[in-house]
Amino acid sequence: MDLLWGLITGVLFGVLLQRCRVLRYDLQLGALRLKDMTIVKFMLSTVVVGAVGLHLLAALGVVAFSVKSFNVGGVIVGGLIFGLGWGLCGYCPGTAAGALGEGRLDGLWALAGMVLGAGLFAELYPLLQRTILAWGDLGKLTLGEALGTGPWPVIAALALGAILLFRYFERKGL
Amino acid sequence: MPRPLPRFPAEPRPMNPYLGGALAGLLLLASVVLVDKYFGASTTFVRAAGLLELLFAPQHVTENAYFQKDPPRVDWQWMFVAGVMLGSLVSSMLNRSFRVTAVPDSWRDRFGDRPGLRAAAAFGGGVLAIIGARLAGGCPSGHGLSGSIQLAASSFVALACFFAGGLAMARLLYKGK
Repeated sequence: MDLLWGLITGVLFGVLLQRCRVLRYDLQLGALRLKDMTIVKFMLSTVVVGAVGLHLLAALGVVAFSVKSFNVGGVIVGGLIFGLGWGLCGYCPGTAAGALGEGRLDGLWALAGMVLGAGLFAELYPLLQRTILAWGDLGKLTLGEALGTGPWPVIAALALGAILLFRYFERKGL
Repeated sequence: MPRPLPRFPAEPRPMNPYLGGALAGLLLLASVVLVDKYFGASTTFVRAAGLLELLFAPQHVTENAYFQKDPPRVDWQWMFVAGVMLGSLVSSMLNRSFRVTAVPDSWRDRFGDRPGLRAAAAFGGGVLAIIGARLAGGCPSGHGLSGSIQLAASSFVALACFFAGGLAMARLLYKGK
């Protein structure tokens, strides 16, 4: 049953990504070259709607959180490596699959590279555990806890920041 | 006789990204409420690699520390990633934006119409991207969407690093263009 839900959710998400042209190399790099902010608009809209909704649902007690642990070395070093790879590839893991779906053959090469890289990661994992991943872990920390304010002021700041950024993008035609 | 369709029909206008993003947010919430699943994509690639390795070296897979932690199998997220591909295929067929292309426009403007070079960059970038994503514990889906809606500190730092690395690479590749 889980598998069917995964497929249905993925199909719907794939349709939204395709209709908004988020699966295109040109728009992914458009954001990284600060020329076209379509993917940032899409992503930030998802985050604001998701953050408000999730915390309302949490107040009703109908959702469980699944916060990722903050491994300092992993997140910072891994995040930077990911970014360099993303800039070169032009797709992230989800959009590479979607790009192939709309006929982009470089998406297939990206997927192949990601499978190879994933195999390499599994081989390197014991070494990484002793090195980069051993630099310290702050646990499942949220910004609401880190700032001591609880979630709502953070969500309000996030929403306000997103709206100001959106206004800036639209004024500049990005 | 019916009029022949133009060979490349005009592409439909894209959906507004604010609307599409907001709908994606509602979809993510529905997934969390209904089946307790947050979006993610990068772990699927380790599982896919493990499934391939199982065909050739099953012993090696069972001995690997990462595969012991996260056994290679087809799970919710695997089907989610497959679904993104299928959804994109169906959508692009229906709205006639499906095109088989080897070199994206902006890449061609910068590096010429060389499919081999583009394939090498996509492949190499893919290798780096997935190693980075697994080290960081997530990609733009797992950290960027699922982590940030929970206000996870790790996810906001990861997102900042994703963009820092991406901006640096884009600058390197397209300097002054």
